[in-house]
Amino acid sequence: MRLNVNGKEHELEGVDPNAPLLWVLRDGLGLVGAKFGCGISQCGACTVLVDGQPVRSCSYPVAAAVEAEVSTVEGLAGPDGELSAVQQAWVDLDVAQCGYCQAGQIMAAEALLRENPSPSDADIDRAMAPNLCRCGTYLRIREAIRTAAEKRTEGGQS
Amino acid sequence: MKRAFDTAGDLAVDVEAAVDGMEIASIAKIGRRDFLKLTGLVGGGLMLSFTGLRAAATGGALHPNGFLRIDSEGITLYAKNPEIGQGVKTSLPMIVAEELDAAWEDVAVVQSPIDAATYGPQVAGGSNSVRVNWDLLRTAGATARAMLVGAAAVRLGVPPAELATRDSHVLHERTGARLAYTELADAAAAMPVPDAGTLPLKSPDQFRLLGRRITGVDNEALVRGEPLFGIDQSLPGMKYAVYQKCPAQGGRVRSFNESEIKALPGVQDVFSLEGNGNPLELMPGVAIVADSTWAALAAKRQLRVDWDESTAARDSWSDAVAQAGRLRHEAGANRVVDAGDVDAALAAGAQRLESYYTYHFASHAQLEPQNCVARFANGAVELWAPTQTPHRGIGNVASTLGLAPERVTVHQTRCGGGFGRRLYNDFMCEAAAIAARVDAPVKLQWTREDDMSHDLFRAGGFHQLEGSLDGEGRVSGLRDHFITFADQGRPVSGGSFRPGVFPTGLIDNLRLEETALDWRTRCGAWRAPFSNVFGFVIESFIHELATAAGRDHLEVMLEIFGEPRWLGTGNPRALHTGRAAGVVRLAAEKAGWGRPMPPGRGLGLAFYFSHAGHVAEVADVSVDAEKRIKVHRVTVAADVGPIVNLSGAENQLEGSVIDGLSTMAGLSVTFENGRVEQSNFDAYPMLRMPDAPQVDVHFVASDFPPSGLGEPGLPPLAPAVCNAVFAATGHRIRTLPISEEGFSIG
Ligand code: FES
Ligand code: FES
Repeated sequence: MRLNVNGKEHELEGVDPNAPLLWVLRDGLGLVGAKFGCGISQCGACTVLVDGQPVRSCSYPVAAAVEAEVSTVEGLAGPDGELSAVQQAWVDLDVAQCGYCQAGQIMAAEALLRENPSPSDADIDRAMAPNLCRCGTYLRIREAIRTAAEKRTEGGQS
Repeated sequence: MKRAFDTAGDLAVDVEAAVDGMEIASIAKIGRRDFLKLTGLVGGGLMLSFTGLRAAATGGALHPNGFLRIDSEGITLYAKNPEIGQGVKTSLPMIVAEELDAAWEDVAVVQSPIDAATYGPQVAGGSNSVRVNWDLLRTAGATARAMLVGAAAVRLGVPPAELATRDSHVLHERTGARLAYTELADAAAAMPVPDAGTLPLKSPDQFRLLGRRITGVDNEALVRGEPLFGIDQSLPGMKYAVYQKCPAQGGRVRSFNESEIKALPGVQDVFSLEGNGNPLELMPGVAIVADSTWAALAAKRQLRVDWDESTAARDSWSDAVAQAGRLRHEAGANRVVDAGDVDAALAAGAQRLESYYTYHFASHAQLEPQNCVARFANGAVELWAPTQTPHRGIGNVASTLGLAPERVTVHQTRCGGGFGRRLYNDFMCEAAAIAARVDAPVKLQWTREDDMSHDLFRAGGFHQLEGSLDGEGRVSGLRDHFITFADQGRPVSGGSFRPGVFPTGLIDNLRLEETALDWRTRCGAWRAPFSNVFGFVIESFIHELATAAGRDHLEVMLEIFGEPRWLGTGNPRALHTGRAAGVVRLAAEKAGWGRPMPPGRGLGLAFYFSHAGHVAEVADVSVDAEKRIKVHRVTVAADVGPIVNLSGAENQLEGSVIDGLSTMAGLSVTFENGRVEQSNFDAYPMLRMPDAPQVDVHFVASDFPPSGLGEPGLPPLAPAVCNAVFAATGHRIRTLPISEEGFSIG
């Protein structure tokens, strides 16, 4: 089974095609940014992008991702390690408390901004509703998305 | 204090009280003068250590030790306590950096190893980290600064009094000399250690770093998805384990489908464990060990266990509700507080009110389910654990495996939320017990379902209140009969009035009574234990009394606080009525208290004092015909003394408001036949972004000793919202979660 993650092809052996993408990423590829929170598509901690769309990787069979491009939080930074506008806004606005939900939040925000470069607050709320933050950092997440949106528009980032 | 933790069979009773007291107790034993000791390091460098319990490692120490280290390469500060989202990995080193006069940009922060001898207690609990470590960390920074100044004085041939420090440099104004700490470290290490008691410490107006907004030291690693958390740890050759316990606490394994499970793909082994009789350590269950998390989880779904439930919990929430309903009009079994003459006051009151409040059990639901990596070899065990109480975890694991504590090593990891759940180390004990049976390191992974059925729950409870008003509309008497729970006669954690509980000392005729119903399932400290529910009860009822008196709520609250004074003289953790009035006034002013509101919209005010923090909140809500509450804004005013990290402090209060709102809205754990009826987030609907209100945070910049902010912002939220709902609708909510009364947030 071949899996393309963050632009890199991986050859996977002996993987159960029904195994959730989350556990293949974490245990198989050592990409631990996506987190396990509920296992039933309720919290969004495991959010990654499959062909640009946010999916709950805890409930997404790896077999369904085989022909697709998977992106995780580890792949967001540029070639020299510079943070994406979204990542940088998260750092600068000091969004995280425990931080456990944030990789999933960041991936959901990336997906939103790629689709809708200047989202309204209602757009942000709608796009981010699947992602729980137990620590309650929603206000800062909203603010960080607004900040990142501005920076992306200025910088002409797609 | 130690006994309370280490005695086998000890339940969660008063763990939060013990955690509160723990750091203070052991630091108090050591004079401020004695606890810092200079340690020479191989390769030069200046190192300060907490040496309360044994001498620090002397020359030749190759590993970081103590609170700071300076060498020619740079400045490293060590963050001693577990990071659970409360921000201490950033805020505690900031305190050191302030007195050291190090530029924050020059500093690298490293998480300390778990080492009681070097660091003293390392705990995340009771909102204590800043309060308890304040003097210790300031002195650590100031001591190093004095030695750097001493070294510079020798080098420049000038008296130390002529030298100043700033931004990681010693400065000599007259000559313009400027020496970097990194150049001075070697020489400073040879300077005599100043007497800690004589070191000048800054006054708050001299702070350059404290009080600023500083971003978290792990922020960049977090957004890159680096392996910071317990669940991210892995070791070469590691196996993956899951552990199934009886859904009713205390059930034992009679048999299970062993051969079927063993034959499943990826499964290496399956076996049952007996449990050690301590529900805070190891309960009986079946372990599955596999070559991936997924293989273990998939096998767990096929696991069929025949449980012997003859000694298991049979707790039932609906039975408790019925029993409490029968008992509430009777006298309580214990009088915890009995001040003045309550019966006379109630009888003489110009008005008398009665109300019955209920709140459900709740789960911690920290987003990272319990997990732990353990490696057992040669009669010793090493664990990587997201725990709030690593030292206690060592004791728990030692007791579980029958090892000396010296044979247990714990590495702290970042925790994906704590909220009190990780004060308890059952998951560490399970990981250790499984690892002891497996010839490889093991990562134990709980599912969300495991987490929700085997939490240490925030206990539910019932309060029958009676209150009276005198002819002037003043609160003249108050009685609360609290119907709570006890396990074999011991009140469950968070299930009893604690001494000095608000409003003790503020209402002359006050009686607090308790009656306990039997309960077996583990309960535990949940963010602002007891306060998080009692705040709702008492602050709602005081609003009921103010309303009955036809008086302004703010005015009645200020009248209850009275003259500015400490309650409980000599106790720095006691309520100060002037500080209380100050935050109540500030919140009211910032929220525009008293302004006219359109129909269906209202403001609600509440105050609570917990963990040495004085916090008032005003909620601005509207309520529609479907009982849907829109919370527009919550205005928070807090007095916790000087603020260490303003960004972190604001984040804690924003989070407390959202956590409070989430929990009051619809979070409930119910039990039948000893089983939790909710198993995952679909049945435990936490608040999501669209329902998050605006939160405005204000601090009273007092110079009382600083205290923590992880907890005290939560208790005032529910009563502020319920009081606002009353103002908007005339309906008094007396049940949490409010979904029980047909209300929702959104
Ligand atoms: S872990 Fe996938 S949505 Fe919660
Ligand atoms: S920051 Fe802790 S769950 Fe979001």
